[in-house]
Amino acid sequence: MRLSRRAELLLRAASGVTLAFIYIPLGVIFVYAFNTSRVLEWPPPGLTTQWLGDAIDNSGARDAFFTSLEVAAVATIFALILGSLASLAVARFSFFGRETISFLVILPIALPGIVTGVALNTTFTQFLGVSLGLLTVVVGHATFCIVVVYNNVVARLRRVSGSFEEASADLGATPWTTFRRVTLPSMQTALVAGGLLAFGLSFDEIIVTTFTAGAGTETLPLWIFTNFSRPNQLPIVNVVAVFVILISIIPVYMAHKLTREEGGAAPVRGAAPVAAEGTAVP
Amino acid sequence: MGHRLADLFHGRPRLQVGGLLAGPVGWLVIGYLGSLAVLLAASFWSLGELSGEVQQTFTLDNFDTIFTDSVYRSITLRTILIAALVTLTDALLALPLAFFMAKVARPRSKGLLVVAVLVPLWSSYLVKVYAWRTILSEDGIFNWALDPLGLSGPGYGNVAVWLVMSYIWLPYMIIPVYAGLERIPNSVLAASDDLGAKPWRTFRRVIWPLVFPAIVAGSIFTFSLTLGDFITPSLVSSTQFIGNVIYSNITTNLPLAAAYTTVPIAIMIVYLLIARRLGAFEHV
Repeated sequence: MRLSRRAELLLRAASGVTLAFIYIPLGVIFVYAFNTSRVLEWPPPGLTTQWLGDAIDNSGARDAFFTSLEVAAVATIFALILGSLASLAVARFSFFGRETISFLVILPIALPGIVTGVALNTTFTQFLGVSLGLLTVVVGHATFCIVVVYNNVVARLRRVSGSFEEASADLGATPWTTFRRVTLPSMQTALVAGGLLAFGLSFDEIIVTTFTAGAGTETLPLWIFTNFSRPNQLPIVNVVAVFVILISIIPVYMAHKLTREEGGAAPVRGAAPVAAEGTAVP
Repeated sequence: MGHRLADLFHGRPRLQVGGLLAGPVGWLVIGYLGSLAVLLAASFWSLGELSGEVQQTFTLDNFDTIFTDSVYRSITLRTILIAALVTLTDALLALPLAFFMAKVARPRSKGLLVVAVLVPLWSSYLVKVYAWRTILSEDGIFNWALDPLGLSGPGYGNVAVWLVMSYIWLPYMIIPVYAGLERIPNSVLAASDDLGAKPWRTFRRVIWPLVFPAIVAGSIFTFSLTLGDFITPSLVSSTQFIGNVIYSNITTNLPLAAAYTTVPIAIMIVYLLIARRLGAFEHV
């Protein structure tokens, strides 16, 4: 479309303003992490790296970090197994109810997080009678992480024709060999990308976590949330905040790189593998 | 082991599908849908008058409280209103940027822009709310920037909730709208141009009808996520929204919390039905 000089300029300006709106708050947090003052005042009176060391020495933050790592790792493993199984079934077979699988997988993330949180909390405490702890957090996280793996792998399997697998079978390979030598290698980068995204999603989740974590379980986001209100912890909260941003950005960036060759991009929380792909979930 | 298992499944597609789906479908149907069913059941329970323990007997009292008590009614309305406002704001902000990404930017900068929008989308939700808390605070960057003009920022309150939620859910709108615009062939726009339509007319008559379902698709996320949020209101305002009420009741009055959770579920079901009618599902 031919835009007038003025219209294009306006469009550029609007886009620039929106991007600035997206990035300024993230930048502010980075600056505050190096703030010499113990209170949040703008502009910061000076810059220091002192809090980085303090944050590393803070046992509460450190423990919470390892808890988050553990939760994210285990939830990712569950999501990888369940998500790839479901995507293999949907992409390689036709069966009754196939269309509803995608819907079922997306549901935990399409409903507000609080719904998933309260539903799981009620089931754990009232119906099953289990006490809340690390395991219940993992179950909650795995539930909403499945979709991320599923969407990435299903998109890949659709792109890679099933005829390779047929050829392998025709050449005498057993299904197991075909899976190991043909299917798995073609899924590989999609699996890694899905796993990375699931990890990032789990690592900084707070809403479902709030409702599924018991008194003794504290993930890093929960630690940040409880320490907001403690003024003497503020400098450390700032450092941890930057750290959480970095931990969640790096996997997304890597996942994007991994799937870029097929024009794919990290999906919207896994619910829409749209972006550059432009293809819809069935 | 692998071999023997594979031999068992060989030539039996039904068994294969069953084997593949047992885990994920079992988890999601029994685990997740089952939990939703328990949630629904719990919304009809009550608290024992003396013990304060959850009584698993049927009562409609919770729903009676939610729908007749004016406090709950106004909280529900306020939450729907803020979700609608946030959705509208995000649509207005997303459209120019998405259009620029899809139709104006060169391929190289387009790739960069997609990453630039996606990366903050995934970066920590809590930290973003926290960033805004510092920006809007008394000594924050907002007041600092406005001070020379003799103005001051909105501070904490409803305006802050609207601003912060619009900020946080914005990428969820940009991505589907961008994808929707990408799907419109440039030749269609060129045809409109050749037939003498001015850009504004092309936008209104060609682009808007084609991109509208994508906006509705994005609005599912902005609307749904705003409906359930309780962290943002608790950090940048002292106002109560649906999420705050559920959060503060979960340990003290679980049946009431469960009953109130059905409100956002019901709203989202209606919303999704309308969205499907508007053709949004091809864009989700």
